[in-house]
Formats: sequence, structure tokens, C-alpha cells
Amino acid sequence: MSTEAPTRATRAPLREALRLPRRLAGWDAAVVVLTVLTLVVASGTVEEFGTTRNATFLILDLAPVLLLALPMTLIVVSGEIDLSVASTVGLTSALMGELWANGLPLETIIPLAVLAGAVLGAFNGLLVTVLGLPSLAVTIGTLALYRGLAYVLLGDTAVADFAREYTRWTIGSLGDSWVPNVVPPILLLVTVFALVLHATPVGRSLFAMGANDTAAAFAGIPVERTKFWLYVVAGAVAGLVGAYWTLRYSTARADNAEGLELTVVAAVLLGGVSIYGGRGTLLGVVAGVVLLTSLQNALRLAKVSADALTVVTGTLLILSVLLPNVTAALRARLARRAAPAAPPPREPAHPAPAPRGPAPEPTRRDGTP
Amino acid sequence: MAASRPTPEGHPARGEHGYETPRDAPPPPVVALRDVWKSYGAVAALRGAHIELHAGEAHALVGENGAGKSTLIKVLAGVRKPDRGVLELDGVRTEFKGPQDARAAGVAVIHQEPALFPDLSVAENVFAGRQPRGRFGRIDERAMRERAHALLARLGVPLDPRRPARGLSIADQQIVEIAKAVSLETRALVMDEPTAALSGPEVDRLFSVVNALRAESTAVLFVSHRFAEVTALCQRVTVLRDGAHVSTGPLAETSVDRLVAQMVGREPDALFVRRREQRPPGDVVLEVEGLSRAGAFRDVGFHVRAGEIVALAGLVGAGRSEVARAVFGVDRRDAGRVTVAGRTLPGGRPRAAMAAGLALVPEDRRQQGLVLAASVQRNATLPRARQLSRFGFLVGGAERRAAREWAGRLRTRYGDLDDPVGTLSGGNQQKVVLAKWLATAPRVLIVDEPTRGIDIGTKAEVHRLLARLAADGVAILLISSELPEVLGMADRVLVMREGRLVADLPREAADEESVIRAATGQEAPA
Ligand SMILES: Nc1ncnc2c1ncn2[C@@H]1O[C@H](COP(=O)(O)OP(=O)(O)OP(=O)(O)O)[C@@H](O)[C@H]1O
Ligand SMILES: [Mg+2]
Repeated sequence: MSTEAPTRATRAPLREALRLPRRLAGWDAAVVVLTVLTLVVASGTVEEFGTTRNATFLILDLAPVLLLALPMTLIVVSGEIDLSVASTVGLTSALMGELWANGLPLETIIPLAVLAGAVLGAFNGLLVTVLGLPSLAVTIGTLALYRGLAYVLLGDTAVADFAREYTRWTIGSLGDSWVPNVVPPILLLVTVFALVLHATPVGRSLFAMGANDTAAAFAGIPVERTKFWLYVVAGAVAGLVGAYWTLRYSTARADNAEGLELTVVAAVLLGGVSIYGGRGTLLGVVAGVVLLTSLQNALRLAKVSADALTVVTGTLLILSVLLPNVTAALRARLARRAAPAAPPPREPAHPAPAPRGPAPEPTRRDGTP
Repeated sequence: MAASRPTPEGHPARGEHGYETPRDAPPPPVVALRDVWKSYGAVAALRGAHIELHAGEAHALVGENGAGKSTLIKVLAGVRKPDRGVLELDGVRTEFKGPQDARAAGVAVIHQEPALFPDLSVAENVFAGRQPRGRFGRIDERAMRERAHALLARLGVPLDPRRPARGLSIADQQIVEIAKAVSLETRALVMDEPTAALSGPEVDRLFSVVNALRAESTAVLFVSHRFAEVTALCQRVTVLRDGAHVSTGPLAETSVDRLVAQMVGREPDALFVRRREQRPPGDVVLEVEGLSRAGAFRDVGFHVRAGEIVALAGLVGAGRSEVARAVFGVDRRDAGRVTVAGRTLPGGRPRAAMAAGLALVPEDRRQQGLVLAASVQRNATLPRARQLSRFGFLVGGAERRAAREWAGRLRTRYGDLDDPVGTLSGGNQQKVVLAKWLATAPRVLIVDEPTRGIDIGTKAEVHRLLARLAADGVAILLISSELPEVLGMADRVLVMREGRLVADLPREAADEESVIRAATGQEAPA
């Protein structure tokens, strides 16, 4: 029996040598380059931007977005979404305030906040997996529900005066440097999530179920159970962010982190994760987070109004969904025309909407609309 | 719209081969492709292919997996634009700018992979885009249903036109695509492996429909890896190898051996494997008792011993695949027990089944078998990601080696292990699905249409592989709609009809007649 596969294609030698996934050369790389460019240009043009003081603030601002983006990436890759994360932050923050006002110590409160987040996430997970409801609808519902509960707990009041040593540490820096204390734990979490997504069988199964959950189930992947745990993790991380947010501003309020889900989803999509599932890298998402938050930071320093900032976030969100699809369509059209001498570009960075369910959609038959 | 199509003034009635009109020069072919070239990136799929379709003639197109048959058909369908080459309609050079041009020119195409609207009903799928209209331009639901019903009845498949396409078996999806194509006003009917999932009786019905169309002087192009079908339906045959034209001629003047030799470019190995040495089978490894699932099958019980190949035969829709899925646990079961080597499997948990040593090669490769957007390598190693990881982390090299080894053993043709598996030809995708499961080294292997779309040479290879696995003590349940495959491979043949197990035939008692009789329910075999 022959052991070599007959191949006719010539291989891209560089990629073969480096074993680079093809998509690294695509959207992710573009975002990384864009991020670096933004940082350089902003340092050169916006006066305050390049200072170490601003760097510290930038990182403190960026932390909650980055933390929430980690589980969000896994969820979107698996073909779902969680819009309730920011409300979970708000609710756990309100809960912290309530518990602190009742005299519990922070050593107890912080684990409780994480646990509460996990429970809220589990509720999302149950609705999505056991009842089989669409995650978009479920988490829009809990987005409102959790925020509402936060107001039930605290109303319009705020709880302040959290223990000094905690709030100081949260905004403090390592030794005499400008690097905030929270950087090492965040880097650790980023590493853990990156490894899980890209180097473990679990991560592999997330990509598989995001691209075709039927085939994933036929390969023995427990699709529902995995998704359930993803929501639990997302909730727990949101609980952690709730604690961080409360301590950083030393206030527990019901409207903490309101609207942050928009920034998180925008950063994830900007980072090259396909909204249809099955595609994306954590590196791209980190770049997306840095790009989005530093852009917001620079604009704020340049005295651009908060409303305008929201406009920027929204525009980036639309662009990051639109651009990959437009380029894919353009490439497909070019590929149809291209002369045989110039081989058309392979695989687009983002796919066109992938069909779900047992029967494929007719548009997929030819791949060229 | 292809405005350039000339409308011929009626087609003169022609005889069997289309050339018998006295004195006139032979009429030009209805559709012809000449010297067509097409590359996908670095892969050259077509390198100078020719084909001519004549009115009233059925033309077979044969070639190995990846030879370029589907690509040729996509060019005919206007779905792919060739890099080079000429398309002629009734002898006049023209160009298809898209599928609508082909349709307007009267070319109806059944593609290799069915592509239905999952949320539309069967009837709506059949008449998608050209629904019968009632008053005020409204869609006449009733007329549509009735016409769909009549079409399906003509094809001999009891399919409810009102049910949604979602969840149809691959064979039923294929039937819907066939109904769609034959209901069109066609001058040329082009079929890419329409029969790959059908069993004998459905194939016979399809052929009688096609022959009726041919008598009305429709030109037919037929792709199949089943040579018995090719000889039954066609008058002319074209062989394609590596995208290039090898030969065209009357089928009567050639032989299967000669065709296969032309396909592979060398003398082929023995083409059909009939298992010989029968060692006494070992212990019962797979035991199924009283298995039921509402609406699919009832009270199914059987066992498979180590080293035994048991075939599960039946008509399309008899419930064979459904049983396989419930045994494996991807579908829930309502009642019954499944034991693997003495271990009772929990229902609805494929992972537990896999841990017990069960593997299922599903029937529908594109939906159930593969993640099309993922690479060949990732697909080939998906069920084994855990075993191939070390300390919980995936090891790229080990995955690559494993994928390459199995792809090679099944002679899979691909450009690069990192290519999305969706860019492989149909038969090569099937090989990846087989590789994916054979590599798990199962104790019980359930294969559902394992050779669907696989070319004749590799099919023999797959049969040899299955026989060797059985000899090594693997218990195999083979679901196949291809009777020669069933009879050639199986130690025992189980037959299902309408969701029930109706016969358990030992090898000696199983022949074409007894199996078909049990499957169709014409008086039980003695
Ligand atoms: N979309 C695509 N992108 C890249 N390569 C492709 C694509 N479609 C087909 N190919 C390649 O073109 C070649 C011919 O494929 P094609 O589907 O025409 O084969 P086929 O003769 O129909 O085979 P089969 O009998 O397996 O159906 C194969 O090598 C295949 O890998
Ligand atoms: Mg094909």
C-alpha cells in the first residue's frame, strides 16, 4: 500500500517551513500592524498619550475589556455570543457593595463575587444549552435582567470606602515602575486562555463546533456541555471584573460598566474572530482590545466627547463585521476573473456566513454568488 | 440571461444514438465543451477536457476521485468559469456568466452534493424560484404540493412534500434534487453521482424517468462510480484522468476493465473483493436489544461478533442510518439497550460510545462527517485530539504524521494538509471521513455508506481494508445501499423495512433476490 499521498499542488515553502496557519497572514496580522501604527501615531500627535502616566491609566482602562474579551473569544469561536457580561459586572459590583455595607470582609466578598458571576453565567448556559434558545436572545434578556437586579440591590445609591489596602493595590504599580500590579495576573490569564484555545483538544473542539456543530457532535464532542461551561467561565470572569471595577474606582454602583459589552464584542470582532463562529485567534483579539482602547484613550485625551467615542466604537464594530465579508466577496469575484497565471488568493480571512443545520444552504453550492 | 442562445426550430426525432437522420449532416451537439482548463489556485482540476452531449443520448463521464468530473459539471452549470476553453450550444459558441444562463439554455444540473434550503418544505425546494402561481400572482401552495407529490411518486419515494428539508437523509436530499432537475424543461440533464446514496429500486425508478426524458430527445450526462449503472443507462462514455480527456466512445465497444485501466493509467488491481476465508467469528461485541425511536424505527435487535461483518440493507428511508446514529448515541433513543463488549452504553453520549471502542462513519460527509472549513489535518484527527495530545497539549507533529499516514493509506488526493477539507473532491472528502474513524482503532466499526462517491479502484481498497479489520477481530456493521457491496462483504445480512428489522439472512441465503424481496416486503423469503 502506498504511504504517500499523490499531490499536485506546489506548496508555499515559507509557510510550510514555519508551519504558520494561513490566516495569520491575514486579518490578525493586519490588526496587529494597525495597533502598532495607532500607538506610534497617537504618541506622535496626541500630547499626553506617550507618557508613562498615561500608559498606566491606559492599562487600567484596558484590563476589564481584555479580561471580558478572553471568554468572549471562546464563546464566539464556538458559535455563540454573550451580551450579558457587562451587566454581570454591574450586578456583582452591586452585590459587593451590599455585602461590604453589611460588614463582610473583602477576603470573603471577592470569592463570592466570582462565584455569583459563575452562577449568573450558568443561568445563561442553561437557557442556551438545555432549552436550546438562541444565545443572542437569551443574553440580551439577561443583559436587561442582571442590570435590573443591580438596581434592585443598590438603587441609585453608591457604596464607597472599600478597604484602602485593596483599592491601593488595584491602582498601584509594581515597585517604582509604571507597570500596574494587575499586569502579571492578567498576562497569566491571557496565556491560559490562549493555550486552551490554541493548544488543547478543548480549544480544537470549540473551533469544530463553531464551524459545524453537527459534525462536532458526530466526532464525540459534548457540544452542549462545553458551551454550558463556557458561559460559567464567562460569568466567573465577569465577577472578577466586577470586583476589579469596584476596587479600582472604590465605588459599587448599579450602573458600573454599563454598555461595556459593546466595546468587548467590538474588540473581539476587530481582532478577527468570525461572528459566525469557527475562526479567530487570541492574539488577534488582544491586538483588537489594545487598538480599540488606545484609540478611545487617545481621542479622549484629544478632548473628543464621550458621545463621539461611542460613535467610533460602533463604527469599528460595523467595519470589523463588514470588511471581512466585503473582501471575501471581492476576492471571490476576482478569483472568477483572474487569469490562470495569477492564482487567486486562497481562503478569505473571514468566511461568508456558514450554513447551520443539517442541510446546507443553496448559496454554498458554488461558493461564488 | 444568455441572450446569445439560438433557438432551434424543433428537434427532429432521432434514434437511439442520435445520428440516424438520413442524408442530413449529423446535428451539432446540444451542449459541448472543448479544451477546457480550470485551476483552483495551484491545483489544476481540468487540463484540456472535452465533452459533447447529443440529443437523446445518455453520456457517461468516468474517472478517479479528483479527476475533475465535478469541476467539468460546474463549468457546464455556469457555476465555475473556466480559465480557458469553448462552450457551444447547438454548435454556436457562447458563454455562461452564471448558473442562470445555464438554466435559461435548458441545462439542468444535479450537483454531487445536495444543497437544499433547510427551512423550506420539500415541495418548496423542488419548485424554488419558479413556484406555480395562482390568482393575483400568489403562490399556489396546493398545486405545488400536488405536483411535487406526483414527481416524488414517479421517482418511487414516499416523501411528504410538506415536511421541511432539514433533517432529510442524504438519499432523500438527493431525491429532492433529482425531482427538481427532472421537473425543469430541460434540453440537457446533467447528473453528478445522483445515485451514490440510492439503493436498487430507487435507481431503477430514476433510470426509467431519465429514459423517458431521453425519448423526448433530452441529452443526458451521467457521472457514477458504479459501472453496472453506467452500462445500464448510457450509450457513450468519456474517460477523464487528472483533468485531461483520455477517450470517448460507444460503451458497447469497450469493457469495464478497459475503462478502469484508462481511468487509472495502468493495469488495475483486482476490482472486486469477495471475502473468502471464514474464520469462526468470536464473541458478541455489539449487542442491540429492543431499540426504538419514535418516528424512525421500532424494536430493533441484533448482534455483531468479533471478526464478523454484518450488513444492514434496506430501501432508502427504511431507518438504517437512524439505527446507527442511535446506537452511537448522537441521536437519543426512546427505548432499548446497547452493549459493547459487555458494557452497557448510556443513551445519547457519543463520547461514552467512543470510549467503549465504537466508531461511526456517518452517511452525510458534508454535514455530519466533516468540518468543511477546517483543514484536512484537523478533520482527520478530530476524534483523536485527546489521544494525540501530551500533558493535555496538542502536538502538531504527531497530528501531522497521523493525518498524513491515514490519508496515504486511503490514497487521498489533496494539495496540502492545511487546505480546507471542503476544497477536496467528493470522493476524497469521503476518504478523509473514513481515515478519521479508522484511525481511532475501534473494536466495533459502524460504517454508513462508506464508499459513497469513492472510485472503483479505491473502493476495492476500502473493501480490502474492512476485510482486514474484520480478520483482526473488529466487529463491523456495514450499511450500504449497493447490493454487490453487501453481498460481497457480509457474513450476515440484516434487512430493514419501514423502521423494523424484517430479515436476518446468513451468507448462504443472502442473494440479490432474497434481500430485495425482504426490503420491499414482497412475501417473506422462505
Ligand atoms: N473549491 C476548490 N478549491 C480548491 N481545489 C478544488 C476545489 N474544488 C475542487 N478542487 C480540486 O480539483 C480537483 C478536481 O476535483 P473534482 O471535484 O472535479 O473531482 P471529481 O472528479 O468530481 O472527483 P470525485 O469522484 O471524488 O467526486 C481535485 O484535486 C480537488 O481537490
Ligand atoms: Mg465529484
